[in-house]
Amino acid sequence: MVRRDFLRKTSLSGLGIAGLGSIGGFAGLGGLIARTASTETPTAGSTRWGLAILTTDFSRNPEIIKACHQAHNVPDIPDKKQKIKWIWEDNAQAAFSEGLPSRLAGELETRSFLLLCNHCANPACVRVCPTRATFKRSDGIVAMDYHRCIGCRFCMAACPYGARSFNFHNPAPYLPASHPAFPARMRGVVEKCAFCSERLPLGLAPYCVEAAKDAMIFGNLNDPDSEISHALHGRLSLTRRPELGTGPSVYYIL
Amino acid sequence: MLELALRPSPRFRLWLAALAVLLVAGLIAYLVQSKAGLSVTGLSRDVSWGLYISQFTYFVGVAAGAVMLLLPTYFHHYQDFKKLIILGEFMAVAAVGMCLLFIFADLGQPQRILNILLHPSPKSVMFWDMLALSGYLLLNLVIGWTTLKSEQHDLPPPPWIKRLIWISIFWAFSIHTVTGFLYAGLPGRPYWFTAIMVPRFLASAFCSGPAILLLLCLALKKLAGFTPGDRGVRGLTTIITYALGINIFFYAMELFTAFYSGIPGHARPIVFLFSGHEGQIYWINYWMWACAGMGISSLFLLLNPQTRHHPQILPWSLGFLVTATWIDKSLGLIIGGFTPNTFGGITEYIPSLTEICITLGVYAAGLILLSVLWKIVLEVRRGP
Repeated sequence: MVRRDFLRKTSLSGLGIAGLGSIGGFAGLGGLIARTASTETPTAGSTRWGLAILTTDFSRNPEIIKACHQAHNVPDIPDKKQKIKWIWEDNAQAAFSEGLPSRLAGELETRSFLLLCNHCANPACVRVCPTRATFKRSDGIVAMDYHRCIGCRFCMAACPYGARSFNFHNPAPYLPASHPAFPARMRGVVEKCAFCSERLPLGLAPYCVEAAKDAMIFGNLNDPDSEISHALHGRLSLTRRPELGTGPSVYYIL
Repeated sequence: MLELALRPSPRFRLWLAALAVLLVAGLIAYLVQSKAGLSVTGLSRDVSWGLYISQFTYFVGVAAGAVMLLLPTYFHHYQDFKKLIILGEFMAVAAVGMCLLFIFADLGQPQRILNILLHPSPKSVMFWDMLALSGYLLLNLVIGWTTLKSEQHDLPPPPWIKRLIWISIFWAFSIHTVTGFLYAGLPGRPYWFTAIMVPRFLASAFCSGPAILLLLCLALKKLAGFTPGDRGVRGLTTIITYALGINIFFYAMELFTAFYSGIPGHARPIVFLFSGHEGQIYWINYWMWACAGMGISSLFLLLNPQTRHHPQILPWSLGFLVTATWIDKSLGLIIGGFTPNTFGGITEYIPSLTEICITLGVYAAGLILLSVLWKIVLEVRRGP
């Protein structure tokens, strides 16, 4: 349904007349101004998928990253600078940069944080994409069309979370084993976590959530009775760089 | 008129042959890149744009710089740039051509470039940039070609051309504004996230574009006996001096905000560019100091009335200016935008040999286009 809406919209403006495009541009500007009124714009619709990570319960677990990367055919590129990462671990300073006090409680400083795409309410990557290869679904997931991406990497410059990876190499030789259930990417396109959008219709939680046991909660942020809403209610949690107004859907419960 | 480019001139042919060699080297490097992907560049997760996009940005400025000849002529009836105007328009054509090639070289999936038009995205600045640049290319080509054709037949240019020229004056501002918006609207990149970005782009463009034009005209004077006219040179030098002064002033504004506010995010990229990170020095630091030194020396030479119009010193002032603005708006802009990365870490960017060869290839392509167009202008003026 979401996809069909998306296709209909694009084919409409796909008439390709610059005039039509500019009308859309003014409408877009209105939206832009309206959006600045609040920092956390709720996604319209009844569903907004989100993730809460209980950082106290979270222990370094290579299985989480492995489960995701294997199932999604994420290549293991040896060159650290050109690696592909959908989900990875880093420390508090890297994750929150200036958002944390400089003197952390001792244990917090050594705590490990899982980093991934934040599936923002106001995704900068979606705004800048010149082909709408990356787009926001009505359920809040920021998805990618790998066949439309031209590899301009504007989204990587726009993402303040370093959550996007570019296929500098042909990924095929770097796949330990191919998992045909999920499409492999090609050289020259950008990729990232899609909140396991392929598993959600089957009623399955994302791979990382499954592997993390109880340390990660996935659910509908717009439903006040969902497990994730209950988990977040009344507890101190952080999102990454909230001052940028992107409205992340990934919460870190301290 | 195109046939005039073929008028025999051994020196011109030698020049074109030399450029062709460079172009072929660039093409071979591009073949390597299209076979192995952008893995052959120095780009990384953290510094995901590099030499290509930096050159693209600089040459959009060079293209926009042509307006500094048109504006005084058509809005203020200033007569002394008349001989230079067509050269400026054709330089803009060559510069935009280079920009398009740099974008093409940078894409991971270049064969999909038309997706930008097939799936127009009015919220994306890149969509508008593509429209602005193609429009500017067309405007300058039509204006330059038509006025030259009239000149060839000793006729006044058709009246509609004036309207196109007016449009192109505003259009020139727009191309660089939109290019500035590519950077200035991104969250989490403090070096770019500044309202002075577009004014700084324009100031830099309006000194570097005319400076390159003037340097090339001075070379043409030596090589082909072209006389740009003393008053024209003086007028253009004055414009360049103002624009350079404004450019340096704007950068100083940036320094004030970054350092007086004490907000670390804003200061960090500038600290990195000039002094590295935690005691470690990077190659860009030397370049940035050279940029600062040359920019200030150039301003000094241009402000001082004794050196400003001195025919032996002027090429040096302009050369310093071009080098300084090039470092600031290409290498400094891109590296400062991506370093430190979004995690506060440092990933160094060093352009690879393949990247440099492709870049030189695009330079060669631009120079070939420019040389052919300018040769036609000179031949038309030489007469049958």
